[in-house]
Amino acid sequence: MLGAAIIIFRETLEAALLIGIVAAATRAIPGRGLWVSGGISAGLAGAAVVAAMAGQLAALFDGVGQELLNASILGVAVVLLGWHNAWMSAHGAELAADARQIAQDVREGRRQLSAVLIVIALAVLREGSESALFLYGLVSGGEVSGVAAAGGGALGLLAGATLGLILYAGMLRIPMRWFFTVTSAFILVLAAGMASQMARFLIQADMLPSLASPLWNISSVLPSDSPVGILMHALVGYEAAPAGMQVVFYVATLLTVLAAMQWARRAPSSLHERAYR
Amino acid sequence: MKLPSLSSLLIALGMLPGLALAADPEFTLAIRNHRFDPTELRVPAGKKIKLIIDNQDSTAEEFESHQLNREKVVPGKSKAPVFIGPLAPGRYPFIGEFHSETAKGVIVAE
Repeated sequence: MLGAAIIIFRETLEAALLIGIVAAATRAIPGRGLWVSGGISAGLAGAAVVAAMAGQLAALFDGVGQELLNASILGVAVVLLGWHNAWMSAHGAELAADARQIAQDVREGRRQLSAVLIVIALAVLREGSESALFLYGLVSGGEVSGVAAAGGGALGLLAGATLGLILYAGMLRIPMRWFFTVTSAFILVLAAGMASQMARFLIQADMLPSLASPLWNISSVLPSDSPVGILMHALVGYEAAPAGMQVVFYVATLLTVLAAMQWARRAPSSLHERAYR
Repeated sequence: MKLPSLSSLLIALGMLPGLALAADPEFTLAIRNHRFDPTELRVPAGKKIKLIIDNQDSTAEEFESHQLNREKVVPGKSKAPVFIGPLAPGRYPFIGEFHSETAKGVIVAE
């Protein structure tokens, strides 16, 4: 049961931290709670479907269907998170100054929240489907009872969710003056880490060259599977031994999103005109 | 809604690759009763390898190796490829994460 708890905890962690960060970052947008919980529910439903179809999915595209699905999910999430950051660069100041003002523009807030919903749903779907497969295997393999598997799963889920909540609560304590800078920074590295994972799946599927495998290996300093390594992986995409292509994706995403944020900050008025047109 | 930032990000992500055509050396790792067979697999160093995970159990397994930087869920009664390398000579341990007490092995690149 403890083994099940640990595995579910590790599967849950990334999604939980992402939800914590995104929920904090959108706190000034009215109706956010509904969209966040909607994203989680949609993700869970999707995870059940993906887990049920795992056999067929894995057989697609010469056996790399799973990698392509994961890479696509990560790619969409990277784009949406990057877009979120650009939007926040243009509007963060207003949100901080007067949350009510933005409440009047419900339409624009809703657009932003629908992106949040998709990001959360995809994260839950990706990690939830693997958890479902694992738990199903435990029970059908007859190694443990359904009760023990459910108990272990619940324990792991609880632990993951708790870490997400702690991160969320911690972020809410950040003074408003720094708040959007900090949440944007978190989302920036989160997106870069996801881009690097996306590259890893494509290398694993032989659809991208690795360039160097690995480019460096600092496993002796901070192993990927140590507690700190796991946490850093979930937060900033840390890997002890990344392939060259992963580093390329990481840096390219960092630079692209930063450029988009700069652009949005300098041209907030044009953004407004577009949005209201 | 079409922010230019969104489209530029899409373009950045659009540099998706063509399929590689070269035939890479293939090696098969079977899973039976939550154990790998063979538990030690020798592969040539400096070459990309196509590893076929043949899961003969009825339950799913996750092939995972931090040293190789790979993880892949293989559903029960199915085969799935994982591309690894080119590897520097050395030992690369791997586990089946869903049954890590029994499912262990090592890839030796030489």
